[in-house]
Amino acid sequence: MKLREIAHSRTGDKGNTSNISVIAYDSRHYPLLLAQVTAARVKAHFAGVVEGDVVRYELERIGALNFVMGRTLGGGVTRSLALDAHGKSLSSALLDLEIEAPPDKT
Amino acid sequence: MRTIRIGSGAGYSGDRIEPAVELAEQGDIDYLVFECLGERTVALAQQARMENPDLGYDPLLEERMRAVLPLCAAKGIKIVTNMGAANPEAAAKKTAEIARALGLSSLKIAAVIGDDVLEACKQGDLPILEFEGSIKGLGNRLISGNAYLGAEPMAQALSAGADVVITGRASDPALFLAPMIHAFGWTMDDWNLLGKGTVAGHLLECAGQITGGYFADPSYKDVAGLARLGFPIGEVGEDGSLVVTKVAGSGGAVTARTCKEQLLYEVHDPVRYLQPDVVADFSQVQIEEIAPDRVRVTGGGGTERTDTLKVSVGYLDSFIGEGQISYAGPGALARGRLALDIVRERLKLTGVAASELRFDLIGVDSLHGPQVSAHACEPYEVRVRVTGRTESLREAIRIGNEVETLYTNGPAGGGGAWKSAREVVAVASVLLPRELAKPQVRFVEAGR
Repeated sequence: MKLREIAHSRTGDKGNTSNISVIAYDSRHYPLLLAQVTAARVKAHFAGVVEGDVVRYELERIGALNFVMGRTLGGGVTRSLALDAHGKSLSSALLDLEIEAPPDKT
Repeated sequence: MRTIRIGSGAGYSGDRIEPAVELAEQGDIDYLVFECLGERTVALAQQARMENPDLGYDPLLEERMRAVLPLCAAKGIKIVTNMGAANPEAAAKKTAEIARALGLSSLKIAAVIGDDVLEACKQGDLPILEFEGSIKGLGNRLISGNAYLGAEPMAQALSAGADVVITGRASDPALFLAPMIHAFGWTMDDWNLLGKGTVAGHLLECAGQITGGYFADPSYKDVAGLARLGFPIGEVGEDGSLVVTKVAGSGGAVTARTCKEQLLYEVHDPVRYLQPDVVADFSQVQIEEIAPDRVRVTGGGGTERTDTLKVSVGYLDSFIGEGQISYAGPGALARGRLALDIVRERLKLTGVAASELRFDLIGVDSLHGPQVSAHACEPYEVRVRVTGRTESLREAIRIGNEVETLYTNGPAGGGGAWKSAREVVAVASVLLPRELAKPQVRFVEAGR
């Protein structure tokens, strides 16, 4: 299944760095996010977009992960040539990530 | 326990105005905050001020103030805003003029100045954080340097009786923290309370983004009434407790989900959310729905502030030229790709001097590039988009021209060509020792 089935997401921007939250709809799926939505997978998913490192932060109390992606916004929001200079649409691309279904969802 | 109600009346400079009026009319609020200053807006405003010393503040200041001042004056609602942009004093004078015209001569309006630290940045020749180089390296391309001020001068203005506080560059959460410091007498070294207040400010600062805006995803996350979206109200207690809500009957929704998305919006390390007044800690925040459109937020914290202030430096970066044209029907994608190939070759043949070029097909790969979009199915229509960075306006114009000439020289059926060329004012950051910024409060009486 797609990540979209168990999580929602929002993108934010600062300079040339983008951050994407991945938030479990149901906190029972948070371990699934922890196990499968790794920084390495996110970096690979955004091939051609993220040029820098991806760092993952874990927020267990709200069942969310926060990915901080360096060198992602075309040199910075204020000078980027990109149509979506802020990278606001990136969250939707991340929700397309393939996730192995948990036992209670199959 | 004492509680104040703070309404968030704008999440960016061009935001809707009626939701702020709704908050003033029906929100039973004590404070109305307008966050209207984007990253590069101060640099653009500084250019406007150089043209005319009476300008350089938010272009919508007059419209917003006319819309809310009578209601706020009648109900004793204090206004805090960064609509001063590059010229808070001129904004305060303009607001006083509007107040007088509306018969509200008793209003006290305060400007917070001192965020303009361009000279201090030049003298220190501070290094740029985003790329190799320093302030001096920007030479005469440098336009502005504005420090993100904290809440203290705004809180002082409120404590001195201001009805309206107008700042230039200040941290966005600080606009909300100032009323809390003023109302509850929080001290400027109570890191825990300042951290909790920062969580509240951060959640409220983008207005509609916590009441269902920037959230809806039909059949996954449905939100009713986005055309009449209500803006948020924060009920903040003197112990830093927070309930987020909105005006009953307004559009949108305040839910645990909308609050969680906004909590992490533009946040990097949640343990260290750097602010001028505190290093806020979002990592232990808990979010709980206690009633429809009422969400309780607990667990925020903070640690001691750093010795520096972040400064936004505006500079003339480059010029960007752009052209677009559309293709549709069977074969649209192939014709779009052919069009891009033609423009790519033309830019080389004619020697357009661009340091960076980008070739997109809108509807195919313009947002996330060819690799992420590789598996998408073929669309009915595509829009060709070519952009490039140049050193002069003249060169930038040539890029759009090469797209436009596809009309008569390119693939079949190209329509809706459009072009533009513009100068780019970009923003970079430096860190300034905090004692070098000297904020001051200046009052303007509406009656004079």
